[in-house]
Amino acid sequence: MSSAAAKKARPKYLSLTALLFEIRLPLPGWVSILHRVSGLLLFFPLTAWLLYLLDASLASEQGFQHVRDTYLKLPVAKLGLLVFVWAFSHHFCAGIRFLFLDIDRGVELKAARASSVAVLVVSLAITAFVAMRLW
Amino acid sequence: MNRVVTGAHYGLGDWLAQRVTGLVMAIYSVILLAYFVSQPAVTYPSWKALFEQGWMRVATLLFAVSLAWHAWVGMRDILMDYIKPTGLRLSLEIFTLVTLAVYLGWTVQVLWR
Repeated sequence: MSSAAAKKARPKYLSLTALLFEIRLPLPGWVSILHRVSGLLLFFPLTAWLLYLLDASLASEQGFQHVRDTYLKLPVAKLGLLVFVWAFSHHFCAGIRFLFLDIDRGVELKAARASSVAVLVVSLAITAFVAMRLW
Repeated sequence: MNRVVTGAHYGLGDWLAQRVTGLVMAIYSVILLAYFVSQPAVTYPSWKALFEQGWMRVATLLFAVSLAWHAWVGMRDILMDYIKPTGLRLSLEIFTLVTLAVYLGWTVQVLWR
């Protein structure tokens, strides 16, 4: 057996360009890659930003007022808050989903597809809800 | 087995730690969310009182330690998958570790000042 297909070099890992432009990712795949993207954003810079806000809001009464009534009213801060809400909601929901997959719950194609839709929809719905409250 | 400096520990420990720390952070988040929902408008005295309670300080520190451990495993997974040159990967791993250490120190400073 020495067909042309057998000789073709096999990819060692999926490159980012392949992931973005060559492969149509199924929904559970989107949940997975967005779990990584949201995790990265939460690690940096969102945790640093939230720690800054916690620090300022606990330091003094004036610091608290400034954060609540001035700083978090800035459009750019609202946008940051919205990015955090999406990243957190997605990471939270997808994380719970992965915990269930780890104990072999919902691993069949139909259930896995349904739960990935639920993760994407719920996190976007939470983000939309917070957006309405902010503006 | 071919062990590399920028690799993982080739065991179940990190995998399990990431799940346990994730669960700890999820529980803490629900508690904090319950606090926000229970308050019509958060005021400074109530906010300050929350973080002055002993259990809340310990819980927040537990959250911060969980975050550091969880994010270290996650970031290392991401770097091992997408960053191939050893020097760059090592640099980014060091950046991750230093950043997480700063977060931890900062959290302690905010909680006990």
